[in-house]
Formats: sequence, C-alpha cells, structure tokens
Amino acid sequence: MIARGLKRSVPYIILIVITLPIIIFYGWLFMSSFATRTHGLKPLGLTLSNWRFILGWKSPWRRDYPSVWEATLNTFIFAAIVTLAEVSVSAATGYALSRLKFPGRKGFLGLTLVLHAFPSVTLLIAIFFILRALRLYDTMPGVIMVKVALDLPFGIWIMKGFFDTVSWDIEMSALIDGCSRIRTWIQIVLPLIRPGIAALSIFCFLSGWSEFLLPYIFTTRFDNWTLSVLLRNLIGDFRFVDYGLVTAVGLFYMVPVLIFYAFTQQYLLSIYTGGVKGGA
Amino acid sequence: MKSRSTARAIPLERARLNLGSIWLKVKTHSSPFIFMSPASILVMLFFFLPVVVTLLISMTNMSVATFRGYKMIGFANYARILATRWTLKILKNTAFYVIMTLSCFNVGMALFLSLLTTHVEKKVGMLFRSLWLLPRITPSVIYALLWTWATADAPYGIINQLISPLGVEPKNWLTSEPWAIIIFANGFVGASFGMIIFTSAIESILPDYFMAAKVDGASTLQTIRYIILPMLKWPILFVLSYQTLSLLASYEYILLLTEGGPGFYTTEVWSLYAFHLALSNYFGNVQFGYGSALAAVLVAIGIIVSIIYLKVFKFGELVAEPKIEVL
Repeated sequence: MIARGLKRSVPYIILIVITLPIIIFYGWLFMSSFATRTHGLKPLGLTLSNWRFILGWKSPWRRDYPSVWEATLNTFIFAAIVTLAEVSVSAATGYALSRLKFPGRKGFLGLTLVLHAFPSVTLLIAIFFILRALRLYDTMPGVIMVKVALDLPFGIWIMKGFFDTVSWDIEMSALIDGCSRIRTWIQIVLPLIRPGIAALSIFCFLSGWSEFLLPYIFTTRFDNWTLSVLLRNLIGDFRFVDYGLVTAVGLFYMVPVLIFYAFTQQYLLSIYTGGVKGGA
Repeated sequence: MKSRSTARAIPLERARLNLGSIWLKVKTHSSPFIFMSPASILVMLFFFLPVVVTLLISMTNMSVATFRGYKMIGFANYARILATRWTLKILKNTAFYVIMTLSCFNVGMALFLSLLTTHVEKKVGMLFRSLWLLPRITPSVIYALLWTWATADAPYGIINQLISPLGVEPKNWLTSEPWAIIIFANGFVGASFGMIIFTSAIESILPDYFMAAKVDGASTLQTIRYIILPMLKWPILFVLSYQTLSLLASYEYILLLTEGGPGFYTTEVWSLYAFHLALSNYFGNVQFGYGSALAAVLVAIGIIVSIIYLKVFKFGELVAEPKIEVL
C-alpha cells in the first residue's frame, strides 16, 4: 500500500523538482522588490522604498531618462495600437482568404504559411533602411507598423481558422438580401467570431506590451522608450547598485501581464494550439 | 415606326447591360481588393522589400565610413564570410546552441512535461503547464534579469546559495558557464511550445488504446514507448522543424544575457553576429554591407526551409477553395 502510494507520487515529485526554478525565480522577483538587499533567497530587511518610482522617480545619474510613467504610457499606447491594427488587418485578410474567391488567393495563403515559419528577425537590418527611407526611423508609428507587419502572418492564419468554423448560411442569406460584403462582414460575421477576436487581441496586447527588440533597435530618443527599453538601460546603470529598484520596476512591468494571464489562460491556450493547427 | 424603335432600342439595352455587368464585376472584385490591401501593403513593405534590400546591401561595401560614397562590390562580402576565421567559430556556436536547446528542452523537456502533466490529475497537470508558460509570456528583459541574478556572484546569486552546502565553489555562473545558462534560459521558454502541442496530441489519443494496453498488462513505460510515442511522430517532427528555424534566427535572449560574450565571441551566434555588425551601436564601425551578407545567408535558409515545410506538412490541403463563392 505504501509502496503503491509512493509510486503514484513519483510523477508529482518530478514535476515539482523540474518546475522549482520557475517557482523560485518569480517568488524571488516578488520578494526582492520589497527587500533592501538580498543574499540569494534571503532578504536583508524589508522596505517600500524600491517602489518610490511610482511617485514619478527619475534616475539620479541620467536625469534625461523618462520617468517610469512616461515609459508606461508609451508601452500602453504601443501595445494598444498594435492590437487594434493587428486584429483589424488580420480579420479583414482572414475573412477574404476564408470566404472570397479572387486571383492570387491560394498564393497568398501559401505565402502566409511560409511567412509564419519564416524567421522575420533576420530582416531587421533591411527594415532599418526601409524605415529610414520612409522617414519613420525613431518614431512610434514606424515601430508599430513593423510590429504589426511581422506578426501579421500569425494573426491572419488564426483569424482565417476562426472564420472557417463559422457556418455560412446566415452570411449567405444576408448576401442574397443585398447586403454588401463589407456590411455582412462587420455586422454579421465578426460578432460570430468574438472569442477568436478576444483571443487574438489578448495575444497581441501581451506581445506588444512585452516587445523589446523592435523599440530597442528602431528608437533612440528617450521620449519613445517603452518599459522594456527603459528597464534594459536601468539594468545597465544599476545592476550592481540597486537590485531592489530594478526588480520593483520589473514587477511593475510584469503585473499587467500576470493579471491578463490569470484571467485569460484558456483563450491563450486555444490560440497557441490554434496557431499551429495546420502543422500538428 | 414601331420596328425602327425596337431596332434602335436593342443596342442601347445591350450597352446598358454591358455597363451593368462591368459594374457588377467591379463590385465583386473590389471587395477582395479592399479586404486584402492593408495586409498586402504591409507584407510588401516589411517582408518582400526587406528581402530585396538585404540582398542589395549585401552586395555593397556600405558602412558608417562609406555611408555616402558606397559602391557595389558584387559577392566580395560573401567571399569575406568564407575567408574570415571567425566564421567557423560562429558556425560552431550556432550549431551547438540550436542542437542543445532543441534536443534538451524544446523537444526533450517538452515531451517529458506533456507526458507527466497528462499522467497526473487533470487540474494539477494544468497548473504545472500554466507555470511553464510563465517564462514565455514574461517580457524578455525581465526574464533575462531573473537569470542574471540567479547566476550572480556569491552572496547575491541564488544558484550559489543553493549549491554551496554541497561543497561547490561559488562563482558567477553566467560568465563561467555561459553556454549552460543560455541553453537553460532559452530552453525554459522554448519547452512550452512543444509541451502544448504534445499535450493536445496525447489528449486526443483514443482512450481505447490505453485500455487495451492496460488489459494486456503493459507498464507505464511500455505504454509510452509503444502507444504514445508512435502517435506523436508528426507533432514531434513539426516542433523539431519549426523550432529549428526560429532558434537559428533568434538572438534576443543571448543579447540580453551575455551580448555574445564573455570575452571574444564566446556565445556569439550567426544571427547575433549579423546584428552586431550591421546595427549595434556599441562598436564604432557599423558594417551594413557585411552584416547584410550574413543576414542574407539566414534569409535564404529561412525561405528555402519554410517552403520545404509547406510541402512536407501538406499545407496544400489547408488552402482549399472557399466555401462561399462570390455571388
């Protein structure tokens, strides 16, 4: 009996052991932001002063760094516009690919799939030149356009999948009654795939909120900094000076992600598996 | 009189009919155009054009020094890739990084996790899977930060604190074992992709198979070996091929963790090397031409390999005709 119980608990123990680094890491992030200093997992005194940046703190060495709130606003605007653009463009394209017949449809679908697998980071050097030619280098609209474009193959593929599952009887009767394609799309089909739109929106927002590489490469001016770029520079300046401060800013940056994640896990899982339906 | 009027009316009516059908054509063909144009423009600007620009710049000697007076130098940059002794080092690094991360984590750990989490109670399994998704949704800057501190010198680092009772000399793990840390850090993010795909594949196996195995007295390991693994052949192949490509091009976490160091090119991979040469502001001599040639190699690999995937995974079936034809 005991041996059997032991045998049954083996997978649980293994799971806990291999997941331990994750649990420790995030626990430490939380703890360290309230500690004056830490030695490994041991805090040496508790404090709230790490969170003083909430009150509009500026870096003592680089006074021209944006405050955390300015960077937060930038990050939010970036993520929100990316989400809006990504979802509307993907929904339009996904609908056309799912429902309309036009020359080049097959080609575009194949292209979407190829681009979905294609590692787009390899194009960043060339995109640097294109942004400069368009006079969009070091501007928010430029970075937003790049982000939307690079995530587009994924978004289109997800949206097409959701449109494919919608029965087309309602749509057909609307079209026969003389409703235009665009009105049918907006008033009849889009409301039917609300879960899909929600899932893609969440995904886009989280991905935009966390984005590091694009703003890091394509913006230089302080007033374009997002939280990720600010945090990266803070680490450069503070790594061996103020652990607590950087963890506090990090946790502050992470909180919206955690909240979103806690409430929308099922949506996110459906999009991860949906996103690769084609291959699995 | 009467016959004349009909005779005149016919061409007019025909003309109107023609106009009508043209209008209908415009109307039906304009809606795909409206729906497709935003995506087409973005794909043109940020996928097609960059491929062409990468190839063009790779044929020039463009750098910060020659920015205004650069000229076409043909394939000289590619010849330079072959001639530079660092290329071999970078190539070895890239292969090591991709193979180790892929086999240990993106497939190995992913498989292990999906088998374990489907074996234990459903709720517990889901909890562990969502914990393993955390690194993926964590902003990369914070994630790299966590690893930097976990590996920091004594007395700050967690690793040193945890293993010093075992008698291991404390050290900075990121600078002394950079590869291990990079592979672990990438692997903890990469494992979740395969984990999700394998889990849904395992869950979709008919329970009859497991029942039959149990009746025949198969052990858990035998069930895994003879029932689950054969059924996971395609998902594994998919994760393997898909992640090879993304790992080959990824450098975000290496950039954040070691910047390719410590020392000279210790952990520099091909994509990071291209990025450093063409875009990084830290060295004074930014070499757009040479960097683009390095990137062009990856772009070419990316295009060829992703087209092969398209064929292998029979994506052709997925691009079938739409259900609603244009009315």
